[in-house]
Amino acid sequence: MLNKLVNNADEAVRDIPDGAVLLLGGFGLCGIPENLISALVRKGIKNLTCISNNAGVDDFGIGLMLQTRQVKKMISSYVGENAEFERQLLSGELEVELIPQGTLATRCLAAGYGMPAIFTPAGVGTEVADGKEMRDFNGKTYLLESAFEADFALVKAWKGDTHGNLIFRATARNFNPLMAMAGKITIAEVEELVPAGALDPDQIHTPGIYVNRIFKGSNYEKRIEQITTRNKQEN
Amino acid sequence: MLDKFGIAKRIAKELKDGYYVNLGIGIPTLVANYVPEGIEVVLQSENGLLGIGPFPYTDEVDPDLINAGKQTVTTTKGSSFFDSAMSFGMIRCGRVDLTVLGAMEVADNGDIANWKIPGKMVKGMGGAMDLVAAAKNIIVAMQHVDKHGNSKLLQQCTLPITGLGCVKKVVTELGVFDVTPEGFKLLERAPGVTVDYIREKTQGRLVVTGEIPEMNF
Repeated sequence: MLNKLVNNADEAVRDIPDGAVLLLGGFGLCGIPENLISALVRKGIKNLTCISNNAGVDDFGIGLMLQTRQVKKMISSYVGENAEFERQLLSGELEVELIPQGTLATRCLAAGYGMPAIFTPAGVGTEVADGKEMRDFNGKTYLLESAFEADFALVKAWKGDTHGNLIFRATARNFNPLMAMAGKITIAEVEELVPAGALDPDQIHTPGIYVNRIFKGSNYEKRIEQITTRNKQEN
Repeated sequence: MLDKFGIAKRIAKELKDGYYVNLGIGIPTLVANYVPEGIEVVLQSENGLLGIGPFPYTDEVDPDLINAGKQTVTTTKGSSFFDSAMSFGMIRCGRVDLTVLGAMEVADNGDIANWKIPGKMVKGMGGAMDLVAAAKNIIVAMQHVDKHGNSKLLQQCTLPITGLGCVKKVVTELGVFDVTPEGFKLLERAPGVTVDYIREKTQGRLVVTGEIPEMNF
């Protein structure tokens, strides 16, 4: 029977070993797999390589795994807003590879589309290009960037079904559908879980074929980094 | 001399009806406040939103709806959401008409440095390298000189490069400049600023042809 349902986050991460390479969805704290990160902290596995656009903040998101020294290497595009991250980086405890945001997204896309590499103009003429193969197309230079090879992808969706079909919401989509395609094993946590057949096939962002395990997350905090509002008087 | 709001207001004059525009963090974000009357532009946020609306009212705040600066925002008429690969796809293939970015340094050949200062904690390039490598029309909003009075419009960038030969126009508190093969071509002076003063504060090659008008807006 095609049923990818697991009971909870702890069961979902049961076989993630020390030294695993993980893709983690989210942009800033928006759309991050909160339940799965907590389960990794409880599990206490070490020497992880985490590929994620950002590294959370000190006490939330991937920041929680930095506090417990579980991360050996971060591959990200932007890592501000995190004092513990900075401390570990400067002391040499943590390795960091910074890559352009579009390159990060497209390397996930390539993995999910079964393509070994892509050419992108991002980083040409910068230190990002060091040691990379370059090629000209129509008079413009591009860098060869490889598809990610990751053991597990941990993503967060809004709705999902027992076949692993996923629907994301608003800008919480970000890297999640791309990473869902790119993991050797993909684990999805969802806010709302329904039986297969309950979702409109036309509305599905990630087809269930990419998802190996799914569960309903709980106690979503959905922390906001910068609450910006306007007054009722303004237009 | 312009303040940051003046710089934003002047850049807003470059907007044309129907433009899709990506505004960077800082002064570029302010440009959205000065969109000229009667024209419609669509703002792109590289985390996956076309059609950025105003900040939400307190009771509308949605943690799933943020801009690239991680601020809560709203959608607007005609908005759409998409993933990060498509977001940079539409930038890379030239669908975004105008990109406005901040910079630490710009060279007179259009090189830009805006992501890293040696010796300081590096936060990362985010989407800046993708934007500068691919956007067809890049305007830089920046201060003309640093806090020590040194020019940031240079013959050659001294900081690590973000992208090569990509900047088309620069707007600073002193003036508006096109990046040309001959260098920074002065188009307009900020109110009360002389050409000589601009020349003194510009280390890169400066091209001054004829009378330079004072900007009005």
